[in-house]
Amino acid sequence: MTSKIVRHLLVLSFIAGFSYTASAVTGPPSEGGFLPDIVLSVPQNSDQKKYLGLSGEATFTIPQINASVVIVEIFSMYCPYCQAEAPSLNKLYYKIQNDRRLVGRFKLIGIGAGNTAFEVEYFRNTYKIPFPLFPDDDFSIHKKIGEVRTPYFIAVGINKNGTYRILYSHPGRLGDHDRFIKMLLQRAGLK
Amino acid sequence: MKRAFYANILSAMFLLIFCGAALGLSEAYKDNIYNPGMLKPIDSHLKVKVGDPAPDFTLPSITGEKITLSRFAGKKNVVISFVPAAWTPVCSDQWPGYNIAKGFFDKNDAVLIGITVDNIPTLYAWTHQMGKLWFSVLSDFWPHGAVAARYGILRSDGVSERALFVIDKAGIIQYIHVENINVRPKLEDLVKAMEKLNKK
Repeated sequence: MTSKIVRHLLVLSFIAGFSYTASAVTGPPSEGGFLPDIVLSVPQNSDQKKYLGLSGEATFTIPQINASVVIVEIFSMYCPYCQAEAPSLNKLYYKIQNDRRLVGRFKLIGIGAGNTAFEVEYFRNTYKIPFPLFPDDDFSIHKKIGEVRTPYFIAVGINKNGTYRILYSHPGRLGDHDRFIKMLLQRAGLK
Repeated sequence: MKRAFYANILSAMFLLIFCGAALGLSEAYKDNIYNPGMLKPIDSHLKVKVGDPAPDFTLPSITGEKITLSRFAGKKNVVISFVPAAWTPVCSDQWPGYNIAKGFFDKNDAVLIGITVDNIPTLYAWTHQMGKLWFSVLSDFWPHGAVAARYGILRSDGVSERALFVIDKAGIIQYIHVENINVRPKLEDLVKAMEKLNKK
């Protein structure tokens, strides 16, 4: 009887193991390519919900954000470079918000790899981050994007008909914001 | 014999499936992190429990100063964070988080002490990649892992567990958390433990 149970558990483990392996991604998202299946919870904060142009209370995917370009930072509150990058990203956010060409078209979000909601909230409060941050406490999103090092930036160009493609996919800090924005505008075919 | 074989296979599958946690490594360390792979989650037996006096120790810190636990008695609550090893994935992304969470420790009148079994030069080089740390980092290198062994968290391969101890101002252990070595403990659990201590 015991060995029967053990055998059943063994089979179940192999099935689960196969599913885990099948779901693992070998590398980060490629420029020109598509995002893996990333589903985020709609923010409860009404300002953030409005910023992203979302309706409903449940979940959304990045291409559903009302923008021409969405810059996604994969970060961790435990990552020294992400901590150092936080004030700079705030500046990028305000630069976008204060630029008539960009406001409403460029949006920023952050996904905290392996960070709980508490940790993400602490990171937000510590650095007074004005754009929406989302927890990925079980690393499920992080696994889907190839377990990248943090910070990692993905910029997604979204067309009016809802189609999209990845414009930028790169680890490390962003560097010069003007050059970065210019590059994204060119790659998105925007003026 | 058969049962042992199946048990071994099941253990291996368990480690693969449930301990296959991603590491979320920072770019700060570039290619300098050694990945030991997935390890047995816990590989030691605690020798202390909540309510026991915390075993005292004196260890060298990376600043050159020697730190004695009992010097905080009557003055500060103490959080000890043992991490297994320098230049390894989860450890490298644990203390930098505490480094921006000083407010929680201050609010709960606590100091933080970080300990590994690495030697001072290794700890010095490793922690400098994290930026300037506000807390003491101590070496339990020699006699090797002696403090970790007294607390019952020295693993069979000579590194410590990933463990947190919260000690009150009377020197009594009020919280123990030995985490799966492959996983970073949640910040909120430590914060709750400190807050609970302060409410007593």
